Amino acid sequence: MKIKILGPGCPNCKVLEANTKKALEELKMKANVEKVTDIAKIMEYGVMSTPALVVNEKVVSYGRVLTSEEIKKFLK
Amino acid sequence: MDIFYPIQIFVNWLVYTLFNLKGSIFGEALNFFIYDSIKILILLAVIIFAVSYIRTYLAPEKVKKLLSRRFEFLGNMTASTIGIFTPFCSCSAVPLFIGLVESGVPLGVTFSYLIAAPLINEVAAALLWGLFGWKIALLYIVSGWVISVVAGFILGKMHLEKYVEDYVYKIKMKQGLKAQKKLQKERISESLGETKSIIRKVFLYLLIGIAIGAFIHGYAPENLLTQIAGKGNWLAVPIAVLIGVPLYSNAAGMIPIVSSLIEKGLPLGTALAFMMAVTALSLPEAIILRKVMKLKLLIIYFSIVAAGIIFTGYLFNWIL
Repeated sequence: MKIKILGPGCPNCKVLEANTKKALEELKMKANVEKVTDIAKIMEYGVMSTPALVVNEKVVSYGRVLTSEEIKKFLK
Repeated sequence: MDIFYPIQIFVNWLVYTLFNLKGSIFGEALNFFIYDSIKILILLAVIIFAVSYIRTYLAPEKVKKLLSRRFEFLGNMTASTIGIFTPFCSCSAVPLFIGLVESGVPLGVTFSYLIAAPLINEVAAALLWGLFGWKIALLYIVSGWVISVVAGFILGKMHLEKYVEDYVYKIKMKQGLKAQKKLQKERISESLGETKSIIRKVFLYLLIGIAIGAFIHGYAPENLLTQIAGKGNWLAVPIAVLIGVPLYSNAAGMIPIVSSLIEKGLPLGTALAFMMAVTALSLPEAIILRKVMKLKLLIIYFSIVAAGIIFTGYLFNWIL
């Protein structure tokens, strides 16, 4: 599973990253979490509100900081 | 009747009866400080909450949809109106700019949004309402809106497309995402969170600003500024704008100080121009926009907004 966090580095992006790692840990899953900070790359996903969560190249959430519970739903 | 009258009664009782400071200059200043602080905090909370709530309906995806297929001028007006309710933040300004350019929104319309978003600031509006009354707050919002429409329209007519950074045009957005659906409950909790975080951020500056304002109110001589910065001095407006640019993060602290300076002879137009420069033009904003604009465009953009603000300052000095 490939996970990407899209965001230019605002505080919310860091919270989303931390929550994602927490969700992975709690599910005992291993996945590659990549941070995408380049604005051109972020825009290519069609995302205008950051932070966004991308699972296997699919945008599952954007413009909000998901809790780790919410993230788990996208990982299962 | 003034809805804040009960607060004034309470503060009078506190300072004059309980602390027994009636008649002293210190008592006057303290009364002013406590009353203003309570009143402004209440206004801030109410206005920020209302604006944040409206904002939950204006996600960038929605803004993009509202502005695409708009003609100039009508588009400039729509963009400026949306800008009233949205802040200028590093998380959204650049993506939104690229998104609008990518979907073919005219550059001038995009500029109207970029000018209005920081220029018309809900914290400033709440403070103006609290310190000068709703008429001045409305005057600030309306003149900010007019500046955004006109300046955006002029920028659009200047054909500056070649000064947008080249990579912006190369970006092709994959899929058109729609604004995420939100429940009423989510909107309210989001707005509450936003209100708390903004108030926490401005609280200290605000109290310091009100304290300095109260000090000026109590101690500075009348007509202190009438000579040096009065209507007779034509340079006062541009100088006020220049001083305002580096004071960005302290908008909440500046306005109470300015309000006391008006009592001491600072003309209202000059004060308004100063406050608009504080909110609309700033270094952090320039750094963010530099990512998508070439330096020349950034300079033209700042110059036209500054000219608009200076013009507004003169206009209000003249009519008020």
